[in-house]
Amino acid sequence: MTQKADYLKETPSQTAGPYVHIGCTPNFLGISSIYPEDLGSCTINDATLGERIVIKGQVIDGAGMILRDAMLEFWQADAAGLYPSPQETRGAADPNFTGFGRTGCDWETGEYRFETIKPGRVPFYDGRLQAPHITLWIVARGINTGLHTRIYFADEDAANAEDPVLARIEHRGRIPTLLARPEGDGHFRFDIRLQGDEETVFFDM
Amino acid sequence: MPKDGRYIQRDRAWHPPAHTPGYKTSVTRAPTRALISMPTTLSEETGPAFGHDLLGPLDNDLVLNHAAPGESAIGERIIVYGRVLDETGRGVPGALVEVWQANAGGRYRHKKDGYLAPLDPHFGGCGRTITDAEGRYEFRTVRPGAYPWPNGVNDWRPSHIHFSLFGAGFAQRLISQMYFEGDPLIWKCPIVRTIPDDAAIERLIAGLDMNATIPMDARAYRFDIVLRGRRQTIFENRPEGL
Repeated sequence: MTQKADYLKETPSQTAGPYVHIGCTPNFLGISSIYPEDLGSCTINDATLGERIVIKGQVIDGAGMILRDAMLEFWQADAAGLYPSPQETRGAADPNFTGFGRTGCDWETGEYRFETIKPGRVPFYDGRLQAPHITLWIVARGINTGLHTRIYFADEDAANAEDPVLARIEHRGRIPTLLARPEGDGHFRFDIRLQGDEETVFFDM
Repeated sequence: MPKDGRYIQRDRAWHPPAHTPGYKTSVTRAPTRALISMPTTLSEETGPAFGHDLLGPLDNDLVLNHAAPGESAIGERIIVYGRVLDETGRGVPGALVEVWQANAGGRYRHKKDGYLAPLDPHFGGCGRTITDAEGRYEFRTVRPGAYPWPNGVNDWRPSHIHFSLFGAGFAQRLISQMYFEGDPLIWKCPIVRTIPDDAAIERLIAGLDMNATIPMDARAYRFDIVLRGRRQTIFENRPEGL
């Protein structure tokens, strides 16, 4: 016999199911009497520093069907690369930026829309700079454990080329699945494919 | 002093796999490629802060938070309470706990739910709270009903409450479901059965806690939740290969 390590086991995940909006975005669903507004419905205000951007896209399943019941969460640094979080020890982030977004998808088109600012660069644990990115978490009916991925930007070639996380992707042809494509006027497109030749890269961290 | 290091890796054999044919919707929604492994970085070790000023006075009281004045939700009144801990056994203070559920008849207040059971005009079905300094949380609600769902020809969901949890770091983000002690539908449910290990399933079953019951008012169920923990070592910052 050896000594037993007394770690607890993480609570196992279960699907968010089709009714996740009741709990997480009730106003988006039409339940407006309980919370004044949905958490994460507004990330920026008029005084937020940084380049305004809008990211839109859809979540697509392995049969090519667009999900209408997914919920997406976004977490990102401010324009200077600082997180508005108690865990951030490098300095104070922009007080006019929450860093956190949460949205459902349009009930008809399945399109999500996230208005934010382009994030600054954040160091990897060894000090190397990561390319600008947004952490994205996706839940839906049929997804048993929330999917972690990242939104990088296709117009950041130099930074992307030296990003330590992108460097971990052996199949280099999959990297474009993590790049939001500029569509002009600060708009970007980022679709998430759950399966298929262009399956989005998902992370285990 | 040991410092908080990177997050301990998830035990993927403990969580449900993505592809679980018994839960049919997962078949076309399960990623098929291997997940790309990475150490947590600041992007996952930080997370949004939710202050107690966010909360309204009835946010954790589903019996009243959608009820007209003088009314309350129909159903068996229950308290659901517990602690949010991390894998190292420490309470997680300031964790945002959000819940949603069907009403006592098994019907959700959602445009996509067309079950025969009626809506309760005095029940909305969502609540939220933030854990205290020791990681404790508490809700008051009604016990949700079981309901049928289109998966197998005759599948029923056991009574359950959905839980969404934010800890200190985005890497801890978790959504799960709480079940009730003694419900025979638990072990027949294809969604429950996406979890391969029965010991893991048991971790989702809240026990009746008579000591926390409010006599002549509400029964109590205790449900503790464990989020990922961080490595504790003074050597955390050593260089590491790819």
